[in-house]
Amino acid sequence: MVSIGVLGLALFSLWWLGISFRQLGSGLAELGKFLGLMLPPSTGGHLWLFVKAMSETLAIAFLGTLIAAILAAPLALLAAKNTTPSPVLRFLIRRFLDCLRGIDTLIWALVFVGTVGLGPFAGVLAIAVSDTGSFGKLFSEAIEATQKRERETVIACGGGPWISIRFGLLPQVLPIIAGQILYFFESNTRSATIIGIVGAGGIGLQLSEQIRTYDFDRVAFIVLMILAVVAVIDWISGKLRFAIIGRRQALA
Amino acid sequence: MSSGLPTLPARQIENLLASYGNAVARRRRQSILVLGTLAVLAVAASRFAEVDIAHLLHHLSGLTSYFGRILPKLRSDHLTGDIADWYWNALGWLKLLFDTVLIAYLATFTAATAAGAMAFLAAANVAPSGILRWCVKRLFEFCRTVPDLVFALIFVSAFGLGPLAGILAIGIHSFGALGKLFTEVAENIEMNPVEAVRSTGGRFADIVRFGALPQVLPNFASYALLRFEINVRASSIVGFVGAGGIGQDLFVAIRKFYYTDVSAILLMIIVTVSLIDLITERIRHRLAPVEHVP
Repeated sequence: MVSIGVLGLALFSLWWLGISFRQLGSGLAELGKFLGLMLPPSTGGHLWLFVKAMSETLAIAFLGTLIAAILAAPLALLAAKNTTPSPVLRFLIRRFLDCLRGIDTLIWALVFVGTVGLGPFAGVLAIAVSDTGSFGKLFSEAIEATQKRERETVIACGGGPWISIRFGLLPQVLPIIAGQILYFFESNTRSATIIGIVGAGGIGLQLSEQIRTYDFDRVAFIVLMILAVVAVIDWISGKLRFAIIGRRQALA
Repeated sequence: MSSGLPTLPARQIENLLASYGNAVARRRRQSILVLGTLAVLAVAASRFAEVDIAHLLHHLSGLTSYFGRILPKLRSDHLTGDIADWYWNALGWLKLLFDTVLIAYLATFTAATAAGAMAFLAAANVAPSGILRWCVKRLFEFCRTVPDLVFALIFVSAFGLGPLAGILAIGIHSFGALGKLFTEVAENIEMNPVEAVRSTGGRFADIVRFGALPQVLPNFASYALLRFEINVRASSIVGFVGAGGIGQDLFVAIRKFYYTDVSAILLMIIVTVSLIDLITERIRHRLAPVEHVP
């Protein structure tokens, strides 16, 4: 029953959006041509330019993630049920974080390009702002999942609320939070590669230019470069996660 | 007056305090090392990313005034009139939003079906061939790593403007993402039903259909719904490059400074995404209560 509904909706969507098989066929033929143009991948003599753009992208991702993590930490404390001073404040902060999260990073990039101008700085701000929303939500969920006991112990020994957070809460959430930050750093590297398309710095601009001029061999090179960088970051973050959490959980 | 508490001899206390001090000092050194590395990397990155704090502060007023400008003027005595003005193109935008959701739906549907079928070729416990398994895993990785907007740019060149490019772009990216998740699910099933089918002489297709599929369907459906939610967000963006949906109008509104249109469309997008969030979460709670955040 459910499967019929699911399939029916899919067929309806095809009809509604006006997708024709002819369009699909001719497009696939074009795609075949592009694939032919992509091999062999070449830099077209712009290797240094592409490498510089790629490091710009990495810098954007790194700074954006770092700033977001720093900004999200206090917001998460206010948004978590067990550490918030007021439920009304919690509700407001959560809705605020949802707004930050709900607006896609690319849209933020457009807004920031409009205010601070073209260039990677807009990209850093875009990633920082949208990630603050995501981190705020994730961190607060991690905080809400902690045990009360550790903090109660610290308070029973005479510690104040801040000390109880530092020694009772932080050791529990730090591994989880670190893992999420590393995951987002990898994801942000990929986001940073595309915000260049709207002028926010990084390799995105090069990519869209080369696609526009049908220089698909350079497109192939750039895509391979992105894949390589993301693979390296993935590997590094895996190692770091292992170092922080320990083998079994890091593989989860 | 001696207290009732037992105390250790002074030298033992000294030793304990010293070893505690060492442990704390070691942790502190580690933390300082980590923070130091982060700080150095941050400074290096700021150089690359042309971070200019003075520039930001100078333009911060620009940012707040931007938000001021995109908010509509809603007067309480002319409320309905003002809202009608703000949403002058409500029907047009609603149609585009509907398109957007359908694009996400088609992309997720095709991606989930394809990934669901191929995940079993990549799962270590049921894969028929090691080489095939390696190839499928690399395929999933490739589709997942290339951002969907990059696929969208190329596909708009190939298929022309319109939703087809968007569906394919988001679909291929989701295929990779779901493929990885589905493979993990498939590798975690109970092997007893699989062994049972195998021992009756079943071939690969039978093993999958009767031994593995019934176990994994709830998890597959749950991940597919999560992906759908993410894809609705993505499909509202691919319009930027001409791949259909409300992204096109949003892009035009931002670039041409139609300020109130920006807030109108953004609000609609946020509400739609939140609604879909809620609905899919409800359905997912009934399907699979335990899963890790992807």
